[in-house]
Amino acid sequence: MMDILVSWLQQGFKFAGFLALAALGEMIIEKSGSLNLGTPGTMCVGAASGFISVFLYANSVAAPNPLVLILLALTVAFLSAMLMGLVFGFFTVTLRINQNVIGLIMTIFGTGLAKFLSDFFVKTESGNARCQAAFEVFTAKIPFLSDSLGIVSKVLFNYGFLFYLTIVIAIGAWLFFKKTRTGLNLRAVGENPATADAAGISVTRYKYLASCIGSGLVGVAGIFCTMEFKSGAWAVADIDSIEAFGWLAVALVIFALWKPINLLWGSLVFSICYWAYMYLPQMLGITVSDDLAQMLPYIITILVLIVINLRKSRENQGPAALGLAYFREER
Amino acid sequence: MSNTSVAAKKPPLFHIVGRGRGQLPFYQAWGIRLGAFALALILNAVFVYLVVGVDPITFYQTMLKGAFGKGFLWPTIKTSAKLLCIAVALAPAFKMRFWNIGAEGQVLVGGIAAAVVMFYFSDLPAVVILLLMMIVSLVAGALWGVIPAFFKAKMNVNETLFTLMMNYIAMNLVNFFYDLWKGPKTALGKINQSTHAGWLSSLWEKRDANGYLIRGEESLFTNSDFWFVVIICVVAVLMYFYLKYTKQGYEIAVVGESSNTARYAGISVKKVILRTMILSGAICGLCGFLVVSAQSNTVSVSMAGGYGFTAIIVAWLSKFNTFTMAGVSVLIVALEQGAAQMANEYNFMGFSVAAADVMIGIMLLFIVGSEFFIHYKVMFRKSSKEVAAV
Repeated sequence: MMDILVSWLQQGFKFAGFLALAALGEMIIEKSGSLNLGTPGTMCVGAASGFISVFLYANSVAAPNPLVLILLALTVAFLSAMLMGLVFGFFTVTLRINQNVIGLIMTIFGTGLAKFLSDFFVKTESGNARCQAAFEVFTAKIPFLSDSLGIVSKVLFNYGFLFYLTIVIAIGAWLFFKKTRTGLNLRAVGENPATADAAGISVTRYKYLASCIGSGLVGVAGIFCTMEFKSGAWAVADIDSIEAFGWLAVALVIFALWKPINLLWGSLVFSICYWAYMYLPQMLGITVSDDLAQMLPYIITILVLIVINLRKSRENQGPAALGLAYFREER
Repeated sequence: MSNTSVAAKKPPLFHIVGRGRGQLPFYQAWGIRLGAFALALILNAVFVYLVVGVDPITFYQTMLKGAFGKGFLWPTIKTSAKLLCIAVALAPAFKMRFWNIGAEGQVLVGGIAAAVVMFYFSDLPAVVILLLMMIVSLVAGALWGVIPAFFKAKMNVNETLFTLMMNYIAMNLVNFFYDLWKGPKTALGKINQSTHAGWLSSLWEKRDANGYLIRGEESLFTNSDFWFVVIICVVAVLMYFYLKYTKQGYEIAVVGESSNTARYAGISVKKVILRTMILSGAICGLCGFLVVSAQSNTVSVSMAGGYGFTAIIVAWLSKFNTFTMAGVSVLIVALEQGAAQMANEYNFMGFSVAAADVMIGIMLLFIVGSEFFIHYKVMFRKSSKEVAAV
């Protein structure tokens, strides 16, 4: 019983980690007033490019350097995803095209590109690949903490460094939004771009930067998913599930009410629901349909959407100008 | 005045000016779009040349063969029809500025509703079961569309996010029934494989005393795909007239322009939102019914094939004109089918089917991006000589 609970929590934390990071990236973009529906595609591009880079590197040298593996995967994933964000920014901010339309195109393009790159570079007979060396460095456990605290170690200290980095980034983002001038400016751009513009804040620059940095984080979440959750294994079919996780991250932003700290526990709630069907039968003897269980996060998100509109508390609403384009001449 | 102060007040390199309403003549706007289309074709050719080394002429010959060649034309037409059907369904919602991102889900629930009837009421006469399937599909699709609309109309809940979530509920619902019906088998296969109950073809199929199919003459009128395309074309034409020439269509346009104007004019905005989303969802449901009864005869999450999302771009790009939608749908599907043919012939050189989405992405970005140059013009800073001349 306890064992099952522990492995459920482990699965939940593993899943929650990259989900929170992806949602954090999307949240930063949304704070600037852009709803980037290209997030799933961006995540696929990050995962594919990051994996391919370490896969090719690890196969080309006899003993891959751990530090190079980490830097290579993270840099490539971040930069490639950032390019996706740059394209999104260019079309929505400079060319003023509708965000939903561009976002959906970026998702079609991104998943296609990820699959194409994967087909092109990862040529194994079965189409499946694995990068053991990268998997080992990405999931290296913290010494002492990960083995000497009994159940606490098993549940909380059983993950690679990206997991803890995500927590740090989430807290950092919270401080950034709350305590810094730049964070305040960013929120102002998302709430009321015309006022922000009048106050001398460069709306264009903030939207571009938010889109690039946020997308970069989404890309890192992609490689995080591959290394930690998928244990360093890769197949073209995985891209479809990463895309689905990307949409889940978009939902998570709403569930967390656009607050970084809420992501930390919100992502766990999502993943516990999402994987309930695997563990409940063994624990309580109830059979749960996996399909119906995986519906739960979306239903909860809808309920949250309705409730925040019912309560009309401005604290918990999304950015007021979310999804709206801003043109100085047309205000 | 010294030079430095002039430099400090230098205006930006360029600025962007709106063209206002209808300033750009029809032919210029289409010239810009065609230019963007041509640029995308060139960029795609460069991409293919760099990646697999196929020269542009061979590349586009293969693409054309795969899209419109002998034996390939019909698949292109019927797939385009599916995309067109969803885009047509979205047209009234988008004209009303209601961001219905949930078409994928609305098609799926339409399809699953039809399949439920097909699965559990297979004893009914052919006409009755098909009618029943159609009705429940329309209702299911409409329901899936009207739920977010209700919350939008009543409490102004963000419809983009709401409809997006509804997609995934629908997908899991389809998976649920799929797994339920599949049982221990590895795949579901076609539903009612032996009786063809609920298949569109059962309307004209004849059986002998033992229940075996009699092979009759094959003509266009005994072809499910033909009727699939015909029905969708009829819906598209009707939608064109509905939006353009009816009072309801006009109300949609007014609400889309400004809900305040609509309110002052005495239009009940809530009623229009609900009515339009019922219509939009119902046509998506119809698409689900048509796919299940006339094409796949089974259910799966790939029933809508991601076209629920692609159709959003098609509808937006076509400015709610259903005839333009038909053209854009054919273009996108032709790219897909052409790329499939490329992948077939050049797979050994590293060209995979996934390249289709890359090429479609590039194409769409260019065409959508060209809208900017139709609505705005870029004014470059005048050089100092020109300023002096003025």
